[in-house]
Amino acid sequence: MRSQPDQQGPGAPPRKNGELVFREPWESRAFGMVMSLHEQGLFAWDEFREHLIAAIARWDRAHPEAASGGDSEDYVYYEHWLAAFEALLEKRALCRRSEVQERTRRFAARPPGHDHAHDGSHDHARDHSGDDSGD
Amino acid sequence: MSDEHGDRRQALRTEALESLLVEKGLLESAAVDAVVAAFEAHLGPMVGARMVARAWVDPAFKRRMLESGTAAMTELGISGPEAKQLVVVENSDRVHNVVVCTLCSCYPWAVLGLPPSWYKDPAYRSRVVREPRAVLREFGLDLPESKEVRVWDSSAEVRYMVLPERPAGSEDLAEQDLQALVSRDSMIGVGLAGPGA
Repeated sequence: MRSQPDQQGPGAPPRKNGELVFREPWESRAFGMVMSLHEQGLFAWDEFREHLIAAIARWDRAHPEAASGGDSEDYVYYEHWLAAFEALLEKRALCRRSEVQERTRRFAARPPGHDHAHDGSHDHARDHSGDDSGD
Repeated sequence: MSDEHGDRRQALRTEALESLLVEKGLLESAAVDAVVAAFEAHLGPMVGARMVARAWVDPAFKRRMLESGTAAMTELGISGPEAKQLVVVENSDRVHNVVVCTLCSCYPWAVLGLPPSWYKDPAYRSRVVREPRAVLREFGLDLPESKEVRVWDSSAEVRYMVLPERPAGSEDLAEQDLQALVSRDSMIGVGLAGPGA
């Protein structure tokens, strides 16, 4: 059973108009990474948007009933955002999908109790680089 | 809607990606933190509401805003990310405007913050272009047949914001009180300005 975060009060996630700005912490990290690299001038917005449109179009084609108001429970916007980001990084040879897959597997294999909310309160690479020694 | 397993998978993937990009010297986590904090705390529809209220009390500003939303933003000291070209479209007794991005999620972040989930959903993206009146009715907005409905499809270059009609009975309100009448939904075009915004 997943514990629910505070819905109201100081511990609650940020909301605008009564809605969450980001549904999950990973969504905010995915968003922030793209914005940060774009702001640094690594890619034009159009370049990222093309990948985003392509990722969304793939889902739309596979779920034609969603366009007429049918079930779109499967539609997680930031999944497409992340897929678009990975596609851009791959195409620009900045980071390969194979690297991401390998690192994801490694993180998934971490012992329980490691996973904690990624609220950006620490630099992950810096704080955890020591975990891999001797592996 | 995602499931817990899917979210965990995405969370690990995102974490792995951030970790790799930091190692490669492409990214600093603190910069990511700053972006997220700005969007969660500082950006939002209250910025657009300022522009709308100003346009309601100042006809010359309104004229300039309708000519160039971007220039009007600069006038009010509004900058922010993705300050692409902003076009403001005016609602009237004859025309009602509504905004969409059919292909992804383009939205005037600088004046409205991040878009709500429903704006990005496949159903809204496709239906508001094909059957706008039906969609608006689902938002509680029943427009007379005599009113023209215009749908504006946003792109990377041009973002749209609606200038809603000033509510009846608001003639004596000060500009700051008028801002409180302007909802995010009225600036997307799925609602009207008014009390309880």
